[in-house]
Amino acid sequence: MVVTVIGIIRAHNLFAVVMLGGIYSFLMATVLVVLDAVDVAMTEAAVGAGMSTVLLLAVLHLTRTREAPLRHAPVIPLLICLLTGGALVYGTLDLPPFGQPDNPQNLHVAPYYLENSIEETKSPNVVTAVLASYRGFDTLGEVAVIFSAGIGVLILLSRRRRREMVVEDEGRSRK
Amino acid sequence: MNEFLADLNYWVTIFLLVGGLYIITAHGNMVKKLVGLAIFQSSVYLLFISPGKILGGTAPIIAPGFDVYSNPLPHVLILTAIVVGVATIALGLAIVVRIHEAYGTIEDDEVHDLEAD
Repeated sequence: MVVTVIGIIRAHNLFAVVMLGGIYSFLMATVLVVLDAVDVAMTEAAVGAGMSTVLLLAVLHLTRTREAPLRHAPVIPLLICLLTGGALVYGTLDLPPFGQPDNPQNLHVAPYYLENSIEETKSPNVVTAVLASYRGFDTLGEVAVIFSAGIGVLILLSRRRRREMVVEDEGRSRK
Repeated sequence: MNEFLADLNYWVTIFLLVGGLYIITAHGNMVKKLVGLAIFQSSVYLLFISPGKILGGTAPIIAPGFDVYSNPLPHVLILTAIVVGVATIALGLAIVVRIHEAYGTIEDDEVHDLEAD
C-alpha cells in the first residue's frame, strides 16, 4: 500500500493515478480481511475499488487525463505533512498494545453486543445486528448523507444539461 | 520484534494519512486531490479497525466453536464512513465537472490565473 501511495504521488498521468487508486483499495480490502473486518472489506472492495474507480474514470472521460507539472517546489505542504506525521508518531507511543483483549476499546460496549446480539436480534453476524438494530440511527443518518449527496450531484449536473439545451435552442433560432 | 510489528500498523496508517494530506495540499489537479482525499479517508479506516483486532480472535460472526471475536463496533462505524466517503467523492467529482465546464481546466493554478485576468 505504501508503494502504491508513492506511485500515486509521483504519477502525472491521471489514468494511472485512478488505476493505482483501485489497486490501493483492493489492497486495503485484503488488509481489512486480515484484521477480521470481513464486512468492511467487502464494502471497501465494492464501493472503494468499484464505484469510486468508475466515477473517477467517468470524470476523466469528461475532462482530461494529464496533470500539469507543479509550478513551485512544494516546501510548505511538505513541512505541514512532516509536522503532522511527527505529531501522530508521537501520539502512537501512548496507544495501548496491539491485539490484546483487555484494551480499553474492547471493554466498552463491544462485549455486550457480542453476548446479547444473538438473543436480541437473532442475527449471527454481530456487525449487521449493531448496524441495523443497536445503531440504526447512525445508518439513518448515513442514508440522509447519501440522499443529500445524490441530490447535490443531480443539481450540479442537471444545470449544465439545461444550459446546453438553451445553447442548442439559441443555435437553432439563429439558423 | 513483536512490539515493532505492533507499532508498524500505526506507522503505515500514519504514512498513508500523511501521503494523502501531501497529495491534497501539494498537487493542483483536482481529480488527483480527490484521490488523495480517498487515501486520507481510508487511512482513518485502518486507524479504527486495527485496534479492534484481537490476536487469536475471529470475525464477529457468532458460530459454534469460536469464543474470541474481534471488536464489532469499529467495523460498524467504518462501514458508515466508507459509504459517506464515496458520497463525498461523488459530490466533489460533480463539482470538478462543473469547474471544467466553466473554466476549461481542472488545475488549481490555471483557474486562479483565469480569475485574475
